[in-house]
Amino acid sequence: MIRVILPAHLRTLAHVEGEVELEIQGQATQRSVLDALEARYPVLRGTIRDQVTQKRRPFLRFFACSEDLSHEPPDAALPDAVISGAEPFLIIGAIAGG
Amino acid sequence: MSKVRVLVGTRKGAFILTSDGKRESWEVSGPFFTGWEVYHLKGSPADPNRIYASQTSGWFGQVIQRSSDGGKTWETPGGGITMSGPMPKGESNKFVYDTSAESGKPLTTHQFYDGTQHPWEFKRVWHLEPSLDDPDAVYAGVEDAALFLSTDGAHSWKELSGLRGHGTGPKWQPGAGGMCLHTILLDQKNRGRIYIAISAAGAFRSDDTGKTWRPINRGLKSQYIPDPTAEVGHCVHHIAMHPSRPDVLFMQKHWDVMRSDDGGDSWQEVSGNLPTDFGFVIDVHAHEPETIYVVPIKSDSEHFPLEGKLRVYRSRSGGNEWEALTKGLPQRDCYVNVLRDAMAVDALDKCGVYFGTTGGQVYASADAGDSWSPIVRDLPPVVSVEVQTLP
Repeated sequence: MIRVILPAHLRTLAHVEGEVELEIQGQATQRSVLDALEARYPVLRGTIRDQVTQKRRPFLRFFACSEDLSHEPPDAALPDAVISGAEPFLIIGAIAGG
Repeated sequence: MSKVRVLVGTRKGAFILTSDGKRESWEVSGPFFTGWEVYHLKGSPADPNRIYASQTSGWFGQVIQRSSDGGKTWETPGGGITMSGPMPKGESNKFVYDTSAESGKPLTTHQFYDGTQHPWEFKRVWHLEPSLDDPDAVYAGVEDAALFLSTDGAHSWKELSGLRGHGTGPKWQPGAGGMCLHTILLDQKNRGRIYIAISAAGAFRSDDTGKTWRPINRGLKSQYIPDPTAEVGHCVHHIAMHPSRPDVLFMQKHWDVMRSDDGGDSWQEVSGNLPTDFGFVIDVHAHEPETIYVVPIKSDSEHFPLEGKLRVYRSRSGGNEWEALTKGLPQRDCYVNVLRDAMAVDALDKCGVYFGTTGGQVYASADAGDSWSPIVRDLPPVVSVEVQTLP
C-alpha cells in the first residue's frame, strides 16, 4: 500500500481528505503510482503530469523520505519505506505567487 | 418576474450574482473553485442551467467545470471518482493540438516574442462559447491560440485545426497576455459562420462551421508591428456583435475602436472623440444595435483610466460620437483595469450593462449606462463577466 499526499488544491479537486492510499500492481514507481492515482481520480489527469508528454508539471515536485525525487526516472523504484507504507509519497506545489 | 444571473470569473475563484428584474438587490454566491484562476464562465443559450467554467492554475493546469443546475453544483465532465472497473475517460481537461497530416500543415509552430518559431504549447482556456442550440456543444478558445469543440458536454475536446492550418499560423505571435484566442462569436442567422479573435494575430472568420478560415483584418492599422496593415499580427482585444445584425462587428483593438459592416471584410475606425482609444472591453446594447460601450484605458503601458476617473463611454451612433458615463463610478484616484471579457449586457426591457475591474468591483447599470452602482466591490481581480437573463 502506497500513501500519497496531495497538495491542498488537488485534494479539493478530487474530493479527498487526508492521504490517498493506493494498491500498486507490480513495481511501485512514480509512473505506476501516478497511473493508479489518475485511474482512481480521473479529474487529476493533467494536473500533475502533462496529458500528452506525461512529464511532471514544472511547478510540482515529488518528495519522499526527505529526498527530492522530482528528477528521478519515472520508472525507477520508489524507496522501500514508501513501498512499505512507512513513509508517504509527497506531491508538492512550488511556493510562488500569491 | 425575470431574473438576472451574473457569472464572474476572478483570479481566485468564481462568483455568481443574482437579482430579480429590478436589479437593486443582489445575492452573491461563491467563491467556487477557490484559489484557482477562473478565466471565463458562460451559460448555454439552449439551457440556461447549463454553465461551463474554465478553471486554471500555473501549478495544476486546466480543468473544465460544468453545472447543470445554474451554478449550484459543479462537476468535472468525465472526471468523476472511480474506485474500480475499467479506466474511464476523464478527458475534460485534455486539449491536444491536432498535428495530423490530413489536417494540413504547418500546424506546429508560431512566431515567438523574439521572432523565432516556437512550438504550440497548451496553457489554458480563455473563453468558452456554448452552442446556440445544443447544451452539450461548446467551443473553447485557448492559449496558445487555437479553437476546440466539445459535443459531449465538455467531456472530450477536438481541435478545429483548420484555423491554425489555414496558412498564417507561423506569423502569429503572443501579446503581453500570451497568444490567446479570446473571442468567439456565433452567427445566429448564418449558422455556419463563426468569428474569432486572437492576440496578437487578429480576427478570423469561418463560413463552414469552423472547417476553413481566413483572416479578416483589412482596414486595421497597427503602428507597433513592422507592417502596420499586415494581413495578420494585429492585437485585437475584443469583438462584439448584436445578434440581430451579425454582419456588423465592433472591435476594441490594442489602440483604436473599429467597426465593420460587412462581416469583417473591411474595417473603419470609429474612435471619434474618445479621450483615448486604448482599451480592452467593448459591447453592444441588447436592444439598440447602434449603441455600444467601451472603457477607455490610458495606454498600453499604463493600464488604468485616464486621470484616475473610471468612465464608460457610450456611442448611440455605432461609434465616432461618444459620451462619458460617470454617474456612480469613481471619479478620482481610480487605477483599475477592465479586462477584455469583463463586460456584458442583459436582455431586460431596460438594458442592463455590467463590468468587472481588476480592483474586484462589479458595477451594474440598470438603465443602459446612465447610472451605475457596485454589486460587489471587494472580489479578487475580475477577469470575466457574463450575464444570463432568466425568465
